[in-house]
Parts: sequence; structure tokens; C-alpha cells
Amino acid sequence: MKKGQEDLEYLIISKPRWEDDLPPERNWLVRLRGSLWQQKSALFGVLILLFVLLLALLAPIVAPFDPDAQLFSRAMKPPLTVFEGKILVMGTDHLGRDLFSRIIYGSQVSIIVGFFSVFISGGIGLTIGLVSGYFGGKIDYFLMRVADFVLSFPFILMALALISILGSSLFLIIFAISTRLWVIYARVVRGNVLSLKETEFVVAAKAMGGSPFRVIFQHLMPNVLPAVIIIASLYLGRMIIIEAGLSFLGLGVPPPTPTWGGLLAEGRSYIYVSWWIVIFPGLAITFTVLGTNLVGDWLRDVLDPRLRTR
Amino acid sequence: MTGFIIRRAFQALILIKCVLVFVFLLLHISGDPISVMLPEDASQEDEILLRKQYGFDKPLLTQYGIFFGKVLQGSFGDSFETGEPALGLVLSHMPATIELAGTAFIVSIIVGLPLGCLAALRENSFLDRTCMIGAVLGQALPGFWLGLILILIFAVNLRLLPSFGYGSWSHLVMPGIAASVFHTARLARLMRSEMLEVLRSDYIITARSKGLIESLVLFRHAMKNASIPIVTVLGLDLALTLGGTVIIETVFAWPGVGRLTVEAINTRDFPIVQAAVFVLASVFVLINTIVDILYTYLDPRIKYE
Repeated sequence: MKKGQEDLEYLIISKPRWEDDLPPERNWLVRLRGSLWQQKSALFGVLILLFVLLLALLAPIVAPFDPDAQLFSRAMKPPLTVFEGKILVMGTDHLGRDLFSRIIYGSQVSIIVGFFSVFISGGIGLTIGLVSGYFGGKIDYFLMRVADFVLSFPFILMALALISILGSSLFLIIFAISTRLWVIYARVVRGNVLSLKETEFVVAAKAMGGSPFRVIFQHLMPNVLPAVIIIASLYLGRMIIIEAGLSFLGLGVPPPTPTWGGLLAEGRSYIYVSWWIVIFPGLAITFTVLGTNLVGDWLRDVLDPRLRTR
Repeated sequence: MTGFIIRRAFQALILIKCVLVFVFLLLHISGDPISVMLPEDASQEDEILLRKQYGFDKPLLTQYGIFFGKVLQGSFGDSFETGEPALGLVLSHMPATIELAGTAFIVSIIVGLPLGCLAALRENSFLDRTCMIGAVLGQALPGFWLGLILILIFAVNLRLLPSFGYGSWSHLVMPGIAASVFHTARLARLMRSEMLEVLRSDYIITARSKGLIESLVLFRHAMKNASIPIVTVLGLDLALTLGGTVIIETVFAWPGVGRLTVEAINTRDFPIVQAAVFVLASVFVLINTIVDILYTYLDPRIKYE
């Protein structure tokens, strides 16, 4: 607990305590399914997340208008205006683009950046954490010093520094976020591996001549996977907010691609004229992040019994 | 103990040195730094001049030597835009950032901790539920959007507060709230769960059963122990708010380092970007180091290794 760089790390490092004799990897899947119907907030979170995922996937079908179609005769219409027989649910912007359609399409960037950065850095962090914890020694020392270095940047600062040079695109934003995010996984996984290495089943696997590859992937990985899943779900929302922040600063996925952050930046310029462009994209972000956070809290409660908060 | 402090300070120095190397390499990872630095309408002569001025024709290691030498003299070069020394410009924007981050930090403590305590003491009451729903929402709310909403309500509609700018107390209200909401919410939740855990522990039951007054139980026994893990998170929060005010500074046109950096990125003013990244990361490292050291004083169970 000495280095409290990220609050999660000190929360999560704990020996796995499985309550019954089922093999752990089956155990937690079973527990997850069982508890989903008991916890209303978790169910709510899962539903929100599914809803947003579907929206992003089906955007071309769901959106009532072309998100980029400009029409000056319908510019700056407030929400629920009826225009040529169609309802503009969330109003339009200064170019007459339908805000509702733009928000639906905007979910795509948020979802892609959120999930990809969380999964890619999860994979990298998991691998580095396993290697570092299992082999120890010089490899461990080197990898953890790299981790220390990356941790000396706040998320936004790291992203800004990289984007200032590399420019911004969908890929580069995922890259910039992942550069900072993998460390959180790596340190937690390493901590877990260090304590798992002392357990009987790992010692036994090694004594029976299991190769490092086998021990790591067969025995260690299934046991650290819950921690990885918890981090992924808890950080998904934060990454969506960071992406929105970068887009808001004009350093995200470049226009004309609609992004929630980009829409907010537009809303800021017209804040004295049209309140709806400021309100709705932010609601979309909050709603989505609320969903991911609820799911994250639920996964943490179920997968790590030590942290269960009543 | 002294050994630990020295070792920790030494680690911090090494990290800051690494940040410096990173800031230097930043310009080179895109391949040719000149192409990044030049404005689009630059002429051939400008390019040659800039290449000479920055010594990009020399080998990388020599360039780093020159860069490092300059940094030791306190120079990151001059701003392309205004010609002022970049480091001085960044440092002159530091007080505004510290003011905003400090306010957010203090607000989150004053609001978050008591709410978390109250919620824990009245577990499952209406107050508890309301606080926790508020906290869950607060953690999902992007700070910069809250800032925009506040502007919409208090500046655009009610005309009570200035929508942007810096100077008086009234300028600080909205950015301060916007920057603190996430940390307040998280602190409240954390404090609540820590208190709940402590209240169930054996020594609290002992304290109660031997007939101590409830207030003594709470203040001397419960809160003291519940606050140990909180302190780590607080240290982190202080560091994070300093880095996290970037976007909120932009929303409120707050003259801090974050806004300066974003503007410098947009105008490709690289000396400023380099100096700002260096200064912010160094402050981040310093705070983390100090928190680590303080923490060993607070909780003697922590090993110095």
C-alpha cells in the first residue's frame, strides 16, 4: 500500500478468497449471473450499457435524420419543434443539423474509444503484470520503473502531450489513452501474482514441472482475470469522459464526425442562444458513464467479496 | 526512516529526469520535428533558420545535451507566439491553477467527508440513500459539463455570476464546484464504506460495551481509524485535481497552466507545451512523493522498504 498512486490498486490487491470448492473461473461467472437479478442498480447499469451499445450499433437505422445534413431553414430550432411534418426531438444546431441524430451517431466514438482503450490496455497490462510478477528480478524491476514513470503523468496531461505531437484521430486517441491506462492493470495484476505465487496450487504446478507459459496462462491468469475485469469496468466510464474532454478541447476525433465532447464545444459557443446543445450531449455522457459505473460497482462487489459495500 | 525519505526523494529526482527525457523526445517521435513545428504557410528560409536555431541537424544525443544544459539554466526556449521565456510563462500561470485545484480539493473534503460519515451513521436512512444516489451521479458527471450547466443557470439566465474570467471570489465559485464534484462524490462514498467497516469492528464494540459516550466512540475511535485509507486517496486527489483542471480552465477561460497548454497545442507553440508538461508532471511526482512519506508517519504498519 506504500505507493498509493491509484486508489484502485490498494483496493483490489487481495488474495482470492473463493467461498466454495468450485473452480474459481466458473465460480465467479455463476456468482455474477445469480446476483444480477438481485441488484436493481446493477441491472439498471447493464440495461443502460446495452441500450447505448445498441444505439451505437444501429445508429444508421435509429437516427431520424442524416447527422451531417445541413439545412439553414431549420437552424437553431428548440427541442420538439415540428419541421416539415417531422419532430426535431432535441432541436437543431446553427447549421440546421438534427441534434438527436448527431447524439446517436456521437455514441459510436465514445463507445469505440472507451471499449478499445480499456481492452487493449487491459491486454497489455495483464501480460506485463503476469510477466513482471512471475519472473521477478531484473525484468520486474525494469517494467515497474517504466510503470512509475508513466504514473507521473495525469491522464489528461499524457493524452495532451502525445496528441500535441501526433495529432488526433480515432486510433491515436485510443493509443494516447492506453499509454497511460495499462499501468493500472499491470500493477494490480503484478500484486495479485506475487501473492498467488506463494499459494499451494501454483507451487504444486511448478513442482510438477509446469513450464512458465503453462503456469502463467493455466493457473495464474484465470485467478487475476476478475481483477482485470473490475478495473476495465471501473475505468470504462472515466475513459469515455476523457475522450469527451479531448473532443471538447478540439483535440479529439476531428470534425465532421459527431462526438459528444465536440457537440458540447459547439454548445458552449452558442450557450446564450440555444440551451439544448449544451444540455443533451452532456446528459448522454452522464447517462452512459452512470451505466458503466453501476456495472463496475456491481462487478467489484461480486468478484471481490472483501470490498463488498452493503 | 531518514534512509527511506532520502531513497524516496532520489526516486522522485530520477522520475523527474525521465519526464525531461520524455519531453525532449516528444518532439522527435513524429519523425521530423520541424514539420510539426512549422506553420503551414512557412517558407523554405524559415525552415532552414529554424533547423539551425534548434540544432536539429546535429545528432540526437548532442541535441539532448544542449537541451538538458539549457534546462539546467532554467530555459525551455522562448514562446513562438510572444517570444517570452516558456518556463517563466508557465510558472506565471501556476498560481491560478493551484488556486482552482486547491479550492476544489478543500471543497471536496469539507463536503465529501462529513456527508460520507453521516451516511454511514444513518445507514439505509433517507439521508443515506439520497447522499449515495447523489454520489453515484456525481461520479458519472463530467466536470466540464457541470461547468457549462452552471454557466447556463447562474450566468446566462440568473446573471448572478460572471461566466468566465479570473480575479474575485465570484469568479472562483463555478469553476471550483465543477472541478470538485467528482472528488467530492468519491470521497463521500469511500468515507461511508470505511466508516461502515470500522463501526462493525471489535474495538468499536468494545468501546461501546465499556460504556463510552457515543461521541467519544465516534470521534476518537471510529473516525480516526476510518481516515487512514482516506489520507492516501486525498493525496492522490490533490495531485489529480492539479492535472484534471485542464478542461475546466478552458470552459471558464481560467488563466491557468491547463488552458495555456491547450492554447499552445492549438498554435503549435512547442516550447510552452514542453515546459508545461514538465512542470505539471514534476508537481505530480512531488506531491506523490510527499504523500508517500507522510503516509509512513500516519500508519506505522507500513514498511519502509
